[in-house]
Order: sequence, then C-alpha cells, then structure tokens
Amino acid sequence: MASFRRSVAAGFLLVFCLFGSLKDASAIPAFARKYGLRCSACHVAWPVLNDFGWRFKDNGYQLMNDRDAPIWQNPGYWPITLRITPNWHRENVNKVAVDTGPPDPVTGLFPQGEVSLTSHGFDNSGLDILTAGTLEKNISFLLVPSADETGAFHFESVWVRLDNLFKSPWLNFKFGKFELDNLLSEKRTLALSGNGGPYQLYHYVPVGDSNFFGQIGDNQLGMEWMGHSFNDRTRVSAALFSSSDGSPDLANANTYSGFVSGSQAFDLGGLGLQRVGAYAMVGEAPTFSLTSEGVPVPGSSLGNRAFHREGFFGDFYISKLDVGIYYQHGSDDVHFGTATPANQPLPVGARAPAWNGVFVEPHFTVTPQLVIFQRSEWVRMSRQALSTNASDLGNIDAYTFGYRWYPIMTSRAGFAFHNEYSWVRVRGLAPITATDLTSNSLFFGFDFDF
Amino acid sequence: MRTRLILLFVGTMVVFTLSASSLAQETKYSEDQRLGMESHIGNVTGHAAAAHTNYRRYCLGCHGELGDAEGENAQWLDPKPRNFTLAQFKCRSTPTGTLPTDQDLFDTIGRGLLNSNMPAWFPLPNQERADMVAYVKHFSGKWQTQKPGEPIVIPPEPAVTDERVQAGHALFQRLECWKCHGPEGRGNGPSADTLTDDLNRPIKPFNFHDTIRFKCGSTDQDLYRIFMTGLDGTPMPSFADNVKPDEAWDLVFYLRSLQPMPSKEKEIAKKLGLKPVDTSGAPAPQPENK
Repeated sequence: MASFRRSVAAGFLLVFCLFGSLKDASAIPAFARKYGLRCSACHVAWPVLNDFGWRFKDNGYQLMNDRDAPIWQNPGYWPITLRITPNWHRENVNKVAVDTGPPDPVTGLFPQGEVSLTSHGFDNSGLDILTAGTLEKNISFLLVPSADETGAFHFESVWVRLDNLFKSPWLNFKFGKFELDNLLSEKRTLALSGNGGPYQLYHYVPVGDSNFFGQIGDNQLGMEWMGHSFNDRTRVSAALFSSSDGSPDLANANTYSGFVSGSQAFDLGGLGLQRVGAYAMVGEAPTFSLTSEGVPVPGSSLGNRAFHREGFFGDFYISKLDVGIYYQHGSDDVHFGTATPANQPLPVGARAPAWNGVFVEPHFTVTPQLVIFQRSEWVRMSRQALSTNASDLGNIDAYTFGYRWYPIMTSRAGFAFHNEYSWVRVRGLAPITATDLTSNSLFFGFDFDF
Repeated sequence: MRTRLILLFVGTMVVFTLSASSLAQETKYSEDQRLGMESHIGNVTGHAAAAHTNYRRYCLGCHGELGDAEGENAQWLDPKPRNFTLAQFKCRSTPTGTLPTDQDLFDTIGRGLLNSNMPAWFPLPNQERADMVAYVKHFSGKWQTQKPGEPIVIPPEPAVTDERVQAGHALFQRLECWKCHGPEGRGNGPSADTLTDDLNRPIKPFNFHDTIRFKCGSTDQDLYRIFMTGLDGTPMPSFADNVKPDEAWDLVFYLRSLQPMPSKEKEIAKKLGLKPVDTSGAPAPQPENK
C-alpha cells in the first residue's frame, strides 16, 4: 500500500515537473496603460508587488484619484492582458519506476526498478488572459480565463469587489473565485518552473493524506472582507469559502473553510517599509459521499473532518534586498491523514498528522530591470499519521535560484528573460525503494505580458 | 552532472547580467555634481543620489530620464507632465515666480495632482519621498543659484458668515474669475477655450462643481494659497496684489459654496439665493460691512 502511494506521489511529481503550468500571475499591463505608469511603479519586479502596488490592489485596482472610473482611457488602453512564456527546460527526477523485463507469467506483474529520468526540450507555458479593472468607481473586477499548455481552459479567477463602502477603506467585499490574501503571493512569485515555482507549504499534503482541500496557494470560491488603513500600512482580511479547493459545481457541497490574515508595516526610515503579519486557515471537508451503483453522488458529501494551518510571515527591505519569510504549522484530522472515510475504522495507532515548515525568499533588485532571486524551503513532519512511517517521510527541502532581466520597461507591456534552476528533495518518496526522491529543473524562458 | 548544470546556470547568468548592464534602459543623464543635492523635510534629509533607482521605477515613464517631461508616456497625457528642468511648479506656498520649498514638493509628491495622471505617492516612506524631492531639484541649476521664496502668511481662518459668502461672490465678479471659471464656476467662462499654459499648450480652468478637492490640496488653507500664490506656468495668476488677506477668506468661502459636498457655505449661498455672477460688464456690487 505504501509502495503504491509512493508510486502515485512520484508520478504526480514527475508530471508536475514536466507539465506543470506556470503561474497565473497577476501582472497586468492594462493597468499600466490605463494610468500611464511603468510596471515598476507597482512591482518590485513584475509580478511581485511593492507597497505602492499593494495599496493599488487593496483599493480595488484604483489609485484613488479622479481617473479611476473606466471612462478614463487613454489611446493605449486595452483592458485585457495576455501572458505566456515560451521556454526551454530540462527536468530530472532521480527515481522513476520503470519495467525491467517482461511480465511474470504467473502473476502477470511486471518486474520494476528505478531509473533516473531526464527530459528536456522547447515548450510553452499555459496562457493567462487577465481582464481586470473597474466597472465604476469603487467597483472592481478580475476575470482570468486560463489555459494549460495544451489549451484546455478553466476560470482561474472570477470576482467582483465592492470597494471603500461608505467611503471607508476598511470595508471592501469580494465575491467569487479569488486568491487568498497571501502577502507572499504564489500568483506573483518570480519563480516559474513547475518544479521550483510553487511554494511547497501552500500545497503541502503529507504522504498518504487525502486532504487536498486545504491548499492556501489555490484560488478559492467564496467571499472576502478586506480592510486597510488609508496608507495601507495596516491590512486585515477574512474569507469564507467552500472547501472545494476552488472546484466548481458544488464539489464538496455543504462544507466551508475560513482564512484570516493581518499584517502591519513599519517605516524604518532609510530602510523603508518592513511588514510582519500572521494568518490562519481553518476548515472542514468531507471524507466520503453517498454512492449510487458504486458511483459517488454529487453533492452528498459526508463525514466532515477538520484541518488547519497557521503561522506568520514577514517582508523585509534592506536597500536593494528584500526578504520574504513565511512559517506554517499545519495539521489534518486523522481520517484525512490515513485516507480513511469517517465511517470506516481507523488503522491501529493512527494519529492526526502535523508538520512545520518555513521558506525564505530573498530578492536582490539590481535595477528595476534586473532582479536576482532565491528561495529556500523546508517542510518537516512533526507527527506521522501512522507510527509505522519513518519520522521523516514526506519531509521536503527545496531550493530555487534565478534571475529575471527586463530588457524593456514601459507602461505598455512587459517582457522578461527568465532563467531559473531548482532542486527539490522529498524524503522516502521513491516509488520502489522508499528512499529519497529528488528532482531538479533548469528553465530558460521569455516571459511576456501585454 | 549537477555541477555542469550549475556552471551552465551561472555562466548564463553572468552573460545576461553583463548584457543587462549594457543594454538596459540606463539613464544617460550624467551624474554630475548636482546629484549631491539635498532636501530638508522636518528632520528628514533627502539625498538626490539615493533616489536614482526610485526615479526610474516611478517617475521616468512620464517625466523622462532628463526630467524634461519627455518620458514615453508624455505624448498620451493631458495635462502634460512637469518639466523639472524649468524649475517652475504650480503648487507652492511661496509667492509667484519663486521656487517652492522642499516641503511644497514633498507634499505635492505625496498628494498627487488632481485632474492629471500624477498619482499620490504617499504610500512611499518619508525618506524615499524626501530623496525624490532632492532628485527633482537636481534637474535644474536654478536650485543652486536661487533660494526658495518665503512662504506666504495665511491669517487665521475667520468664521463663515452670510456677509463673507456674499462678499466672496462679489469678489468673484470683481476679479473677473468668471472669465475663465465661468459665471457659476463650472470652468466654462468665455476665455476658457482660449487658455494656454506657458508652453502654449491648451489648458482648462478648474470646474468647482466637479470635485471636493483642488489641484494643490483640499483644505480651505490650500484654496487660499492657490489664488494668493497663483499656479505658475498656467494662466492662473497670483491675486496677492489685488486681494487683501482678509478678503481672500471671503473668496474661499464663496468658492466652497460652489463645490458639490454639503457645507455651511453652500447652505448660506442657498439661503441668500446667490445667482451666477453678472457677466454683462456691470460693476461688481460692493461688499457689505462684515
């Protein structure tokens, strides 16, 4: 059973590395065209927001001047942005299960072994079509039809937001499918590769766990209240959303999760703004559903069990260096941890799995047109669901290095040369030998955004 | 194998870093001695040299790398961005024709400019805004040969009375504000379509009915300051020689009555039944005793 789970997990990892689409990041030149500002006005290096960009976003894509309403359009304004990244990448996974001979004539099973698999070639990322802006002063929206690299579309984000109700920046309500209020946004990360791009902690699922619904990094379907001080130094938000990990059609109907986040920035004179904050995600999701002739009946979710993630974060600036730091403690109910429906007996000695993790992500902005970035991330299991598991099963170490060079920087479009190397190790996940599984990725791409 | 990959990565990085430093849109502006320019905002000292990167990040697109208002966006903007090489600024606390104070520039950067593409940059830390003030100053040699003017003295704001609002109405007619701003202050006076700025570009007079803010602020003191210092580079003159300081408050109160938000001045104007000023050429009514 453990071997099967490892095989599935390793398969996922391989597919993720080979085909994982790039981030559906929100860097929207349409705003630059509307307001006549360069990308760098709102981004440390697009798509990462700076403080001015955060305030713009928190005000509902408004500068809060007299030109926020959509009637203000200069000749270059086109409220749609396209982003795609043609690239060459090389992916390697050190242990992939492969057949080593013909099937056994008695059992019919293929003998298997592990090999290191390397793939490389020219490729393209998924495509994001971002249309966003204001419907009227203080009514903003975002719609992101997003395609994977094969052209299959889905709606990554769809929301409308009522901004500054009663003229108060503390009253903003968003409704639809949206990114949770993560200060260190995965949608805006500089890293692009399928291997090193996503934050491991935003999607962490212990080995053998069946809870795929507590992923902080995924856009969720729900509603959000967000408030901020006039200068955006103080930010708070609370969201209520379906425990469906953003899947439509009432997947996991009748279950909800919540996410709260708050942060405070401090002006340290010559060092600039330093921000610290905390967050928590608490929710429940079903562990089984009714069936009809063995097929799950949609909307009949049952056996709800709880999960939670909480922690703190910070974003610190020292001249041209800024460092994002994020800590998470997470735990799932024991039924999730052992992938056991709530109406089934638990394995003997089963416990709720728990883990801790941290990542550190420094960016060095040489100029607004050249940024060097790095990320180190570590996830450590503090309690395995099954006592038979190795204590370090599922522990992750991930490192990413890269830089982005923006040869042009205008208020009309974005263009960047992107180079990145990443390395990820997951303890005990090799599909046959249950040893460490490592993957690495080298990525060159031209990231463009119009 | 991993070593080769890392070497490949590092090699590529070096090549493109060198390319970036040579090909990126580096400013051609020579970093001469004026980059030693400072600004003083309260107890914060701004340094021009420290603002170089932020100027590229936030300002260059409109104001241009030489500060000459020739950024790539300038052609699309109306009104046009400020040309820093002329050292002529609309929003000042100093008399017309003089340089503004550092605080004036600091406030303008933080507040933004109404009816323009200049956003409010107050989310930036004070130090960065102070550095930017020094950087704006370094574009013109005037800051080395001239000192900023002395800020005008604004007398304490008196109470709003019927008489003062009515006197302001008369002053609006007597000073012929209506020729540009229109008899009702809607920016549609008979001269409105002919107005140009100092660079001969068309310019529109302010419509008081549009907004609760002004080009250079939002308070009564800001409004007082605007017409007592003028907006240099535009047809809006200083009335410091034509209006006594106390009279200026009358005009402030009347102009406030034209704005869209509820106010005591508006109530008074309604109660008095003030009509649009007479544009027939008849002499303005004399203000009554206050």
